[in-house]
Amino acid sequence: MAEGNGIRDLARYEYKYGFTTEIEAEAAPPGLNEDIIRLISAKKNEPSFMLEWRLKAYRHWLTMKEPQWANVHYLPIDYQAIVYYSAPKTERRPKSLAEVDPLLLATYGKLGIPLSEQEVLAGVAVDAVFDSVSVATTYKEHLAKLGIIFCAFSEAVQNHPELVQKYLGTVVPDSDNFFAALNSAVFSDGSFCYIPKGVRCPMELSTYFRINAPFIGQFERTLIIAEEGSYVSYLEGCTAPMRAEHQLHAAVVELIALDRAQIKYATVQNWYPGDSEGQGGIYNFVTKRGICAGVDSRISWTQVEVGSAITWKYPSVVLRGDNSIGEFYSVALTAHRQQADTGTKMIHLGRNTKSTIVSKGISAGYAQNTYRGLVKILKKATGCRNYTQCHSLLLGDRCGAHTFPSIEVQNASSRVEHEASTTKIGEDQIFYCRQRGLSAEDAVSLIVNGFCHEVFRELPMEFAVEAQKLLNVRLEGTVG
Amino acid sequence: MPDPILEIRELHASAAGKEILRGMNLTIRAGEVHAIMGPNASGKSTLAYVLAGREGYEATAGTIRYEGKNLLIMPPEARAREGLFLAFQYPIEIPGMTTMQFLKAALNTIRKHRGLEELDAIDFLALVKERAQLLDVDADFLNRPVNAGFSGGEKKRNEILQMAFLDPKLAILDETDSGLDIDALKIVAGGVNALRGQDRAMLLITHYQRLLNFVVPDYVHVLLNGRIVQSGGKELALTVEERGYGWLEGPDARTSEEKAAP
Ligand SMILES: Nc1ncnc2c1ncn2[C@@H]1O[C@H](COP(=O)(O)OP(=O)(O)OP(=O)(O)O)[C@@H](O)[C@H]1O
Ligand SMILES: [Mg+2]
Repeated sequence: MAEGNGIRDLARYEYKYGFTTEIEAEAAPPGLNEDIIRLISAKKNEPSFMLEWRLKAYRHWLTMKEPQWANVHYLPIDYQAIVYYSAPKTERRPKSLAEVDPLLLATYGKLGIPLSEQEVLAGVAVDAVFDSVSVATTYKEHLAKLGIIFCAFSEAVQNHPELVQKYLGTVVPDSDNFFAALNSAVFSDGSFCYIPKGVRCPMELSTYFRINAPFIGQFERTLIIAEEGSYVSYLEGCTAPMRAEHQLHAAVVELIALDRAQIKYATVQNWYPGDSEGQGGIYNFVTKRGICAGVDSRISWTQVEVGSAITWKYPSVVLRGDNSIGEFYSVALTAHRQQADTGTKMIHLGRNTKSTIVSKGISAGYAQNTYRGLVKILKKATGCRNYTQCHSLLLGDRCGAHTFPSIEVQNASSRVEHEASTTKIGEDQIFYCRQRGLSAEDAVSLIVNGFCHEVFRELPMEFAVEAQKLLNVRLEGTVG
Repeated sequence: MPDPILEIRELHASAAGKEILRGMNLTIRAGEVHAIMGPNASGKSTLAYVLAGREGYEATAGTIRYEGKNLLIMPPEARAREGLFLAFQYPIEIPGMTTMQFLKAALNTIRKHRGLEELDAIDFLALVKERAQLLDVDADFLNRPVNAGFSGGEKKRNEILQMAFLDPKLAILDETDSGLDIDALKIVAGGVNALRGQDRAMLLITHYQRLLNFVVPDYVHVLLNGRIVQSGGKELALTVEERGYGWLEGPDARTSEEKAAP
């Protein structure tokens, strides 16, 4: 009887990053074959080892089948309809920010990521990737003084080929899985970070991925190497225009932490999720893996997955060094018709290694949210610990949450702990809150933020605030 | 005579297509405490839900004025912000949010609405301590998710705690006394009495005379088949307890409160 915003009626939703930039682009014709790969490699003026590596991956990919085991449903993807390379048309790669096309700078400004020299984000170095290429990297010189390399992947291939050749594909081999193989064949850009021995990176490094052109797939590749005793905190953000077609994003991220090194990797994923009927949106099929290669090393993944029509990703840690630590903190929100199948793998190879998994899945509308996790402790990896907590929150009764945890412990001195729950927030809870004066939106946002607190506190302050806002915006119009 | 806070006129209301309230009249003025008694399924909670604006409970005819305004067009949160409070017969669990967070958000929303400054963490904590003491509630309780895993009595006490916090103008207590042990009943009654005042009114829904020994009502009404069939002073509650509701059924049962109310 109370008219207005009962949880079923909230029907507004706005994706404010849905604009397009009218910029002239140079694009390859749609479709995939060896010539396209040669074209990408040539465009990037790559050394021959890179082309070989790509072709090998491509030939392997041809023999592979798209994975069917994930709890997501979509019509078959036509890989020949995708554009594998698109770049803003410029004479040459800009040498400094001053040379970057003002239209591109304006685009990032609109996204809240100022890149111009006067107003760069304080304390955050940003690499901005637009479709297939990196368009700008801030604070580069400043970081170089410390020996830190933070640049576009394509630049690293030019300027540090020995590092690329040494580490590329060592964590996620080109044959790892269907999407990783595809990425290895056609990846166009991404970020590269190298933190030398003993250096503590003084600022957040961050990459902002933007898909702009239609029909394009974004295949970026990120490689982070933390030498002995170094530390780096890295953030990535992503958005895309609203388009009626689905677009494919198949990224690969590799992290390598050597002795006593620490890498913190955070993602706020806000790709266009499609409209409320499930039309359009990004297919986010991503392989992220880190290796704690050295003793006492530590890798933590924090992800806030809000966007994409479909998310398929399992940021994982291979704990090879003794006493190393792997962590995974995740908030995955699916609303309307979104689907997510996400989680992590913690592979304990070294002794006394520890892992922590905190997964918070939120589903609203007709969305489906799946947690899939693997904790594997090998026989020789004695004295290991894992703590997993996997919580699901359902908003309304038309959405679903699913969990597929898998635990394999091959020795008796290791311990694993698993905690799981599913809670439902429905009309009754919302009415109770409204009877105490809270609006339905405030009630949902309070409940959700409380639910996600443990993950948000792993994010740098301003990103936590941003992530919270994103969730709230995303939940508007979905609850019920 | 003070102005009415609540005026219900010829109210008909239904849930799931079934008529439950059938021409109900009731006037409550500032400073008054009214009790409503009635057998199971007579429509007491329905009345409370219609007043609070719960979805699914539809007023099909008649009017409700709250401080002179048309209550029926106000969304539930607007009613709450204007001082209408409902202590639920079955308080709802909200996992994922502590009572403390919940109270703070609710209080500040209501304060903002009333043009008062929002309380910061420190002032809020001080207030929590004071009110919690009043109701003999310990801090551990406040740090647990709202009502989750609370015993029946704890839930009821939590309702009264919230009421003590939110400073309502019209408090509707739907069987807050049911399921309370005698000590808890006294504490809850103490909380209710502490809130009694010139500019506040209360509507107590109850099955038992027991509560009314501690919170003495100004008026008692009997709700039967969706209508108030008898109204009187506190002695009516005693009669009901003694004789049940049978004597009120039938053709000559009085159907209007006006006869008894001043
Ligand atoms: N949401 C609903 N859907 C269908 N029927 C309802 C609904 N709510 C109430 N009713 C029916 O309306 C009638 C009155 O219910 P109500 O809860 O108001 O009674 P009550 O007087 O509060 O009873 P009790 O003393 O048992 O609490 C009952 O027959 C009940 O089954
Ligand atoms: Mg009832």
